[in-house]
Amino acid sequence: MTAAGLIFSNIHDTSIPEMTRMRTMASIPYGCRYRLIDFALSNMVNSGITNVGVIAHYNYQSLLDHIGTGKDWDLARRSGGIKILPPYITAYENRAAGKLYENRLEAVLGASNFINRCNADYIVLSDCDVILNIDLKKVVEDHIQSGAYMTLVGKKIPATETFEHAVNVLTADETGRLIDIAYYKPENEAVNVSTNIMVISRKELQNIVSESIARGYTSFTRDIISAQMATKLIRIYDFEGWAAHISSLEGYFKSSMELLNAEVRHDLFGSRDNRIYTKIRNSAPSKYTANAEVKNSLIADGCVIDGTVENCILFRGVRVGKGTVIKNCILLQDTYVGDNVSLNCVISDKNAMIKDGRNLSGHESMPFFLGKGQTV
Amino acid sequence: MFKKKECVAMLLAGGQGSRLYALTQKTAKPSVSYGGKYRIIDFPLSNCINSGIDTVGVLTQYQPLRLNEYIGNGLPWDLDRTFGGVKILPPYQGQGGADWYKGTANAIWQNMEFINQYDPEYVIVLSGDHIYKMDYAKMLAYHKKKGADCTIAVIEVPMEEASRFGIMSAYEDGTIYKFTEKPKNPDSNKASMGIYIFTKDKLEHYLREDSKDPASANDFGKNIIPAMLENKEKMVAYPFEGYWKDVGTISSLWEANMDLLGDSPILSLSDETWRIYSRHGASAPQFVGSDATVINSSVTAGCEILGEVRNSVLGPGVRVGKGAVVVDSVIMADVTVEDGACVSYAILDENVTVGKNATVGEPRETASDIAVIGADVSVAAGSVIPAGAMISEQV
Repeated sequence: MTAAGLIFSNIHDTSIPEMTRMRTMASIPYGCRYRLIDFALSNMVNSGITNVGVIAHYNYQSLLDHIGTGKDWDLARRSGGIKILPPYITAYENRAAGKLYENRLEAVLGASNFINRCNADYIVLSDCDVILNIDLKKVVEDHIQSGAYMTLVGKKIPATETFEHAVNVLTADETGRLIDIAYYKPENEAVNVSTNIMVISRKELQNIVSESIARGYTSFTRDIISAQMATKLIRIYDFEGWAAHISSLEGYFKSSMELLNAEVRHDLFGSRDNRIYTKIRNSAPSKYTANAEVKNSLIADGCVIDGTVENCILFRGVRVGKGTVIKNCILLQDTYVGDNVSLNCVISDKNAMIKDGRNLSGHESMPFFLGKGQTV
Repeated sequence: MFKKKECVAMLLAGGQGSRLYALTQKTAKPSVSYGGKYRIIDFPLSNCINSGIDTVGVLTQYQPLRLNEYIGNGLPWDLDRTFGGVKILPPYQGQGGADWYKGTANAIWQNMEFINQYDPEYVIVLSGDHIYKMDYAKMLAYHKKKGADCTIAVIEVPMEEASRFGIMSAYEDGTIYKFTEKPKNPDSNKASMGIYIFTKDKLEHYLREDSKDPASANDFGKNIIPAMLENKEKMVAYPFEGYWKDVGTISSLWEANMDLLGDSPILSLSDETWRIYSRHGASAPQFVGSDATVINSSVTAGCEILGEVRNSVLGPGVRVGKGAVVVDSVIMADVTVEDGACVSYAILDENVTVGKNATVGEPRETASDIAVIGADVSVAAGSVIPAGAMISEQV
């Protein structure tokens, strides 16, 4: 059996507009040195899937820059490797000529060349807004063994968990067969939430594409999954590890802070066999000065810390000045924090600058967001 | 793409580095770790690419496995090229038999064919023993301006240390009139940095002559340079100012690591205009725990610090357990210092484990010398390794 991967880089971009104004969902930075797509890509590579198409939509310059040749994920290959699939618009035939795809089905349609040529038996489809470290090989094997038409990966969430936003909730019968899929905000109930990872045979995916054109389908969930689950076996694969769904800035803040928990960190960043890969930046090691006071924080290389840092996530090249106190913050790449600054619950995007003596505070339910390159 | 190269670099990386003892038991000196995420050879390789030299032959002989693995296709240094790039050149068997590299000059002579493929006008000879940032392009321009046959980079060292180096005596215009290897009574403090630029034809000529002399040690310092001087070839000294450190001994390697620390370190590796490249694994970010202390230290990706780290340089993937203390030390990749252990004034090579409540070294103020633990050694829980110890076997 062979499997190829198809990654949707832009689906759900609108759920976190602060950070996707100038980039795709796939290239949102996460966890000190990664971008969201690194998790989807690394999962595939670690599972032996080395033929991967990445569907891009708009704003994909940062994505192209990040992926490069694909070498950092060991995906610079003569055979297979990584292919970025920009929006596909033909001058005459495409019924959507002149406009970009608007839903998952149209996105798949635009990738039909990749699907037709990739020569794999199965396709693993993945979005970028769910962060997890998963062995996809097991999912594909499970899919084959069950003889299912389609397998969706779900994550069971206990009733105690609160949701800020609606999610795709999957309901299965006792055999694991999908009997309902609904998009809503669960309250005080244990649910199985979709991770938006699915496995389907390449042939069936090709059928879906032609069927959708013939019948004018527009929704993958409604027209394919919901419509077919009574007649075809759509299975749920339960993922046991840690997973986070990034659907808002608060959610981003919360799931980033969960990385300070050792179990979560070890589960997500894996061990020798299932590491998460990312673009190499060649930063020097981080420097902690004689004044540094760092507690419970996750820090990338290339930082210089001359102040106090508590419960923070610092990306590469962050500078923390003397007498500065930073608590519960996520500071993205090359954020510059001057001397005697006080920050609490702040998310700063790349290259933000906080000058000497400034005092900024948000709340965990509404972190203060400083945009890319902004100065305070 | 297939244009001839103006200058080809030959990097001598075959030396054992015997004065690093336990640290070079399993690897050649150029692949010894430095500064957390680097190896010594990253410096000449990065200097090459930053100076516009994209063809580098790396001459290996002693324990080459880790070095070969590390250099690979040269991509991290941007030396993965269609024509040129970095090439590993081990000794080989030829028609006349097989020879080890008998000396530095012989190593280059055996690889003249490699050099000639690129038809260069100049050859720069480098060694994998030093930590420094240098623009070889400036030195090459100097070589051309002076119309020299050989240019030797020199650095002024304290007069009292001059007898440890190869010392140049030169006229004001830079022309060298005398060269003495490790003189007892030096008459100059201009020390050779072991960096030579030769006009290729002259180099080939002198290497050929040298190869015919069975009495020769086939060494640049002992044979080639004196022979060229004797024949009145134009030889000039290129003065270099800046950080340069021979890391051939335990204490100099320790010092060079410490030079990266402090408020205004003597050597900075975060200079965007002269980056030092290295090959990385994919480590998770570094984590500093709730009860941890990290002061005046350099820490690399993949570290997990739950204890205390002061005045130390940590490589990737180092774990410092709860209540453990690491002070004034150089800790290389993937070392584990378990809970309650104490490491002071020590160098721990890759993949060392210091068991629970074990002690390695003594406080710097009272220690006689640096304690060194070689790669892959496990120090049993509760054991005590004294200051100045040199451990390369299991304890």
